[in-house]
Amino acid sequence: MKISKLKNFAKNIRKNIIFTAFKAGSKSAHIGGALSAADIIAVLYSDIMNIKKTKIIDDNRDRFILSKGHACLALYSALVEKKFLKRKELETFESDGSNLLGHPIINKLVGIEFSTGSLGMGLSLGVGVALAAKKKKKDYKTYVVLGDGECNEGSVWESVLSANHFKLDNMIIIVDRNNFQQTGKNQSIMDLKNLKNKFKSFGCETTEIDGHNIKEIYEALINIKQNNKPKVIVANTIKGKGFKLFENNNNWHHSVITKSVYKEILKEL
Amino acid sequence: MKIEKNIKLWSSLGMRATFGLIAMELAKKHPDLMITTSDVSTSAGLDRYKKKYPDKFIDVGIAEQNLIGVSAGLSSEGFKVISTTFAPFQTMRCCEQIKVNLGYMKNKVCMVGLASGLVLGNLGFTHCCIEDVGTLRSIPNIAIVTPSDPFELFKVLNEALDYKDSVYIRLTAGSNTKIINDKDYKFKIGKAVEILPGKDVAIIGCGNILGNCIEAASMLREKKIQCSVVNMHTIKPIDEEKIKEIAKKNKLIVTVEEHNVLGGLGTSVAEVLASEVSNCKLVRIGINDFYSSGGSYEYLKKIYGLSVEKIIQTVLSNLKK
Repeated sequence: MKISKLKNFAKNIRKNIIFTAFKAGSKSAHIGGALSAADIIAVLYSDIMNIKKTKIIDDNRDRFILSKGHACLALYSALVEKKFLKRKELETFESDGSNLLGHPIINKLVGIEFSTGSLGMGLSLGVGVALAAKKKKKDYKTYVVLGDGECNEGSVWESVLSANHFKLDNMIIIVDRNNFQQTGKNQSIMDLKNLKNKFKSFGCETTEIDGHNIKEIYEALINIKQNNKPKVIVANTIKGKGFKLFENNNNWHHSVITKSVYKEILKEL
Repeated sequence: MKIEKNIKLWSSLGMRATFGLIAMELAKKHPDLMITTSDVSTSAGLDRYKKKYPDKFIDVGIAEQNLIGVSAGLSSEGFKVISTTFAPFQTMRCCEQIKVNLGYMKNKVCMVGLASGLVLGNLGFTHCCIEDVGTLRSIPNIAIVTPSDPFELFKVLNEALDYKDSVYIRLTAGSNTKIINDKDYKFKIGKAVEILPGKDVAIIGCGNILGNCIEAASMLREKKIQCSVVNMHTIKPIDEEKIKEIAKKNKLIVTVEEHNVLGGLGTSVAEVLASEVSNCKLVRIGINDFYSSGGSYEYLKKIYGLSVEKIIQTVLSNLKK
């Protein structure tokens, strides 16, 4: 593993995210939450997950579920970097008849395992997929990226209960803890308090990391023990990370990148 | 002979216990079967199955949203999945999960809704289910089947696991169900079955309430009214051809269902008739969009006009008009 390679992958994801959002024009795009998850997704896709372009639907591939589906620009961008998607396809984002809408649509042939975006559903799917691995005696791992705002949904906690009950140590849940949700800070909309402790009290093995420190992300993901416990990584992130204009500014949760803004933020890459 | 014997046994057990027995057979036939439940193994007659096939049985606890998510995840990995719990929880508690995971994504799950309709009237309308068909009917890629008796349940389950879409199987009535089909017959999802022929009035029903329809029709026939009975076990996709054929032959169609008249069988038949040029009148018997006081199954059937006497009255009064 070379940190520089991972950093470069992350940089390219960010580049793709803002390019696609800019191309989407007045259709708008979810920007803040895609950028907060960018480093997590970069490490997973560039180094951690067992996925290959030549074996996209191989039964032994690792499964990735973006439960916070509105962060799809980070996923599409990673799939472009892996060459599962053509770069040109990003320009079809949210256009009529496109396969790349504002929330992912199931398309296993390009590496999208499920349609997500209705919050609180991805983790249950992950439990099913991870349980299937145990039943089929397969070694693949199931990675689920959750939003922190998403943890308002009761269904998340139904899933966490069952992931522990079924001893799914082949499941890795990464919470993109950017402290914001659609209309404000978690703390003012619905206070999540100590998320790490919550997951721990359900029985998960938990760690808390800096979700933008590539080395920390990598180390958290590479040290997965088989101890009957699902893994939860609470990744502290910054909504809009990478661009000063966007960082911790919830106006960029879902917004339009104009030509002048695009020109300005490109300098930061 | 074996089938006739089973028909008797199964009808005495009722749909739920029969489901448990059929599950044992399905597990032998489908090595990739997985049954998921929300803490209802006993109510679903699955205790024997659970004991015999612990690796093919998954209980997610009282968490129906997770039930559908986990089932869809397993289905996505190639398992044939049957999920089951009581009808209101199998359908409405997890309605959006059904929409996204089964309808939108087309992950195939066969959902069995236990004790739907009015049979749990003593427990109140939290547990009765008069809204499940209407709720699910607006979701694409999901078939809805209401077997008329345990024998038909056997047939539906065998077909549902290989059907192209997810299937919702709606179980009605308790134990000692009326036998609607006393011998073997041809069953296909989406194809109605004519139980009694006739040409004046046609009763189209689904579920075990068809027992009352058959009794009512027999008594009407004694009065020289040529009353037919059609088992419209599949509400979606509805057998349009059959409905059009009935409309051509009859002056009156009466639909009978243990469901709200809004959104269920009656609505589905009305939708087909609306696009037809026909002089055939349609009357819908069912729950007239209100929650009554609770009580026994028989009590509720009377309140909602589903008793044999009330069905006869409705037919006669509408034939006169």
